[in-house]
Amino acid sequence: MGTTKRIGIVIAVLLVFGAIRLPVERSLDEEHRKAFFRGAKLDLGLREQIGQGGFIAALSGFRSVVADLLWIQANTAWQNTEWGRMVKLFDAVTTLQPRVTMFWEMASWHMAWNASNWARDNPKQPSQARRIKAQREYFELGRLYLERGIRNNPDKYVLYDRMGLLLRDKLKDHLGASQAYAKAAEFPDAPGYEKRFAAYELSYVEGREKEAYEMLVKLYHLGEKERLPTLLARIDDLQKKLNIPEEQRIYIPPETNQ
Amino acid sequence: MSASNPATLPIHPPHKAFSPARILAIGANTLLELVRLKVFYFLLIFGLVLIGSSIFMINFSFQEQFQMLKDISLGAMSIFTWLLAVLATAMLLPKDIEDRTLYTILAKPVPRFEYLIGKLLGVLALVLISTLVMAGLFAVVLYARQEIVIAESLAQAGREATPEQVQEIVRGIKASTFTWSLVPAIIAVYLKAALCASLTLLISTFASSWIFTIVTSVAVYFIGNIQSIARDYWLAENGGTALTKVFLALVSLLFPDLQLFNLVDDIVAGNAIATGIFLKTAGLGCVYVVVYLFLAYFVFAKKEL
Repeated sequence: MGTTKRIGIVIAVLLVFGAIRLPVERSLDEEHRKAFFRGAKLDLGLREQIGQGGFIAALSGFRSVVADLLWIQANTAWQNTEWGRMVKLFDAVTTLQPRVTMFWEMASWHMAWNASNWARDNPKQPSQARRIKAQREYFELGRLYLERGIRNNPDKYVLYDRMGLLLRDKLKDHLGASQAYAKAAEFPDAPGYEKRFAAYELSYVEGREKEAYEMLVKLYHLGEKERLPTLLARIDDLQKKLNIPEEQRIYIPPETNQ
Repeated sequence: MSASNPATLPIHPPHKAFSPARILAIGANTLLELVRLKVFYFLLIFGLVLIGSSIFMINFSFQEQFQMLKDISLGAMSIFTWLLAVLATAMLLPKDIEDRTLYTILAKPVPRFEYLIGKLLGVLALVLISTLVMAGLFAVVLYARQEIVIAESLAQAGREATPEQVQEIVRGIKASTFTWSLVPAIIAVYLKAALCASLTLLISTFASSWIFTIVTSVAVYFIGNIQSIARDYWLAENGGTALTKVFLALVSLLFPDLQLFNLVDDIVAGNAIATGIFLKTAGLGCVYVVVYLFLAYFVFAKKEL
């Protein structure tokens, strides 16, 4: 049997082997995706963003390395306050590595904190109204990064926590912040403060004071560890707002006591 | 001349059709030959990449530093093991033919499949040693960086930090560094390299030169990484014309799906792989190695040397 004939047989065996492994690989691929593996969408949009070399490297199993190199570029863009370039780089990085929460978190922070502050104080923009508008747009960009991050990482608490922070400190959306913190608190590995923060934020929402008070009381009864100054202050504030009778109040501030 | 007494004749053990000892001897010799080629010098480059990237990233937050250190280290590990597997395997047969070692070995009662298994084992041992050394270096650098960051963070927190806060800081930093899920990622890196070595051995059995073997093997690597895209298009209902479908089917069936072994990218992102899924993936990798080795023997068995 000549070599050519043998190569022909090898190709035939490879095809048969391919047909046998096809259902196995498809089911394994499905299992990988269910476990949040291979979630990156490597399409032509990304090809335009990262160039041909980066795209080939990403396709060849070096997604994380390409993402890091782009992240370093984004860091340089930050030092030069090139916000537009940063957005493009952040989009590429988060497309390549959608499961790294740190990338979403930092992208959001750069937009909602750094870029928004720069826009508010932009010396080249004389109109205050426009500066405030630009600032709000950067807040929104930060929120969008977190929303997309949450969609890609619904099994991790950290981005819900950061969403709570952004809604609380930047967008002053106390209800949204409370909901985000409450969602974060549902995760078994979430820090204990998530529940407290959810209650604090709800206590600022008009019409939800009673519900917030009940949450705070529940936390108060969990023990001394939960009775932090902010929790006590919020309880005191709500007791007054809800006109809770003195004898039913669970906490009376020391100065009122004296 | 007197007839020799059969009782005084040297007794040779009967020749075995399959001898693990012979395979091990060929494997050990192959490993020794490869070590003599000073291939381990690449570990110096790996070490420099590790330490260099660790120093370079000092201006980033500790989460960024650890993320990038893990990404770059495991990415470098992936590149080096793959290159080592392909280059070392591509040279095996041509070098043995050039040195005439192949004829010396095959002139003895050594079956060709034992020769091939031994050769592949030698390369796999080399890749294994390299992977273990790189993983060790990576662990040392990661641990050193972790301890530095912990010391810096505790100094920043000052004496006012409560024991709970200190514990929280240390826990947060340690959670960003070494996790046991990195172990399956490193095993997957090795498996992919083993698969590529076996595939390269198959190509080298009918290749006309080692350059052809390397170029074809690299091309197969790239195609293998996009094989799953071709498969998805082929099996999609609107997968294009009949000709396109045939082309996509050929790509899907002939080439391995190497994306299945790219677990590193997602594991460093914090994904933990379930043992069942990992074992299936590892099992598939082993099947690929065996099938390619069998096919390599099929071509090599009757090859005119």
